[in-house]
Amino acid sequence: MTKVLTDARSIRIKGRSFLAVMLSPDLPFDDWLIRLDDLARRSAGFFLGRPVVLDVTDLPIDRAQLKELIAELSTRNVSIMGIEGGRPSILGPGMPPALKGGRPVADFEVSSKEANVEEPSKPVVAEPRPVTQSLIIREPVRSGQSVMFPEGDVTIIGSVASGAEIVAGGSVHIYGALRGRVMAGSVGNASARIFCRKLEAELVAIDGIYKMAEDLAPELHGQAVQLWLEDDTIMAEKLN
Amino acid sequence: MGKVVVVTSGKGGVGKTTSTAALGAALAQRGEKVVVVDFDVGLRNLDLIMGAERRVVYDLINVIQGDAKLTQALIRDKRLETLFLLPASQTRDKDNLTEEGVERVINDLKRHFDWIICDSPAGIERGATLAMRHADVAVVVTNPEVSSVRDSDRIIGLLDSKTAKAERGERMEKHLLLTRYDSNRADRGDMLKVDDVLEILSIPLLGIIPESMDVLRASNIGAPVTIADSRSAAAMAYFEAARRLAGEALPIALPSDKRNIFDKLFGRRAA
Repeated sequence: MTKVLTDARSIRIKGRSFLAVMLSPDLPFDDWLIRLDDLARRSAGFFLGRPVVLDVTDLPIDRAQLKELIAELSTRNVSIMGIEGGRPSILGPGMPPALKGGRPVADFEVSSKEANVEEPSKPVVAEPRPVTQSLIIREPVRSGQSVMFPEGDVTIIGSVASGAEIVAGGSVHIYGALRGRVMAGSVGNASARIFCRKLEAELVAIDGIYKMAEDLAPELHGQAVQLWLEDDTIMAEKLN
Repeated sequence: MGKVVVVTSGKGGVGKTTSTAALGAALAQRGEKVVVVDFDVGLRNLDLIMGAERRVVYDLINVIQGDAKLTQALIRDKRLETLFLLPASQTRDKDNLTEEGVERVINDLKRHFDWIICDSPAGIERGATLAMRHADVAVVVTNPEVSSVRDSDRIIGLLDSKTAKAERGERMEKHLLLTRYDSNRADRGDMLKVDDVLEILSIPLLGIIPESMDVLRASNIGAPVTIADSRSAAAMAYFEAARRLAGEALPIALPSDKRNIFDKLFGRRAA
């Protein structure tokens, strides 16, 4: 039987990139979940509607444990769009697909030797140095607005209002008051920093390490401050 | 061509309708031709504040849907020759407002009036976005308290992105009207200071309207405070705000209700 196309409309397929949040659990999961609950309680709705990738690299877990963890996360309304760093043996049907560097991977890896044989040696071309990109915003960022710039630094000449959000791949510079949320180094850049003229932030994060308003030292409130990461701890000091 | 002003705030109950009526009446008393348009379809109030609730025959929705002509729906104020009201419908809802319809009505009004003042509903949904859509100038009404300030900030963001002017790449002119300002509470420090609000919102100040019984009284008798009690502190503040809106440069003073002296003498509290 020949299949007849009854509808002339074609199926629309588009590429789209999302900035995913990476969750890296550690063992034992019970303790980690308690810490996650604590974070979620202080930042209600943070994971709602965000694409989340689970990073299980180097975790000695089996399929049952992973399944249980995914179930635990789904009861917390954290929906996982992919699993990174998982061995093929612990993944199974009904689980989110395996990802690698944000791209789906095959079940087995071609060894590098074979790859070398297939690919004749390329002449070494000096790659041009990647240019650091920056985004400059010349007006205040208002409540409800969200600035996403995974490519590099964000500079704001104005204030960031309560309820506004800045997500930058690099550092964030605010020539004004910071009253909203800022996430610097969001694509895994631990050397990113946050600078602001007046710190009244709801949340600051560098490379996935968070600090809520109440975790920030009260003497920093209202001051010109820079924040950076040192051994997975957010450090802050007044700028003079 | 007339100037389209949207009076907006995000938050409800901060004084949008009161301010629309008071500014409209103040501008009309300068001899300019003014229409106040109620965009709060389904929850109309402007007709009550203007004292025209019994004279509404046709409304904005009727005009948009072509059931009535603009001239049939416009209500002339009984006290001021140059002041008109275009009421909202009470029985329909905001889905009846169409973008093309609103644009057509606003363009018609622009040909006949010097000022078209649109009273926006609260919220950031359809009614509010359509009210601000074709505005040239926005008056952001804010109370000196945190929730109102944050909602105003959100609205300013929308004014800079979702309006026809913003989409053409132009800048919307925005003014802050600080209402229900209570000098006693400001002195005690249990209210945001004017400077704090200005720092957060960073738009120019159009005026500071004191919290006053005169405003409530005027609303209850169905008259804008700038008609009912034109000597009151609130009315004076609205008159000055209207002059600034028309382009005059006037210094802004913090209101200190003169009646407070008498209140103190007689041992009464103002509010």
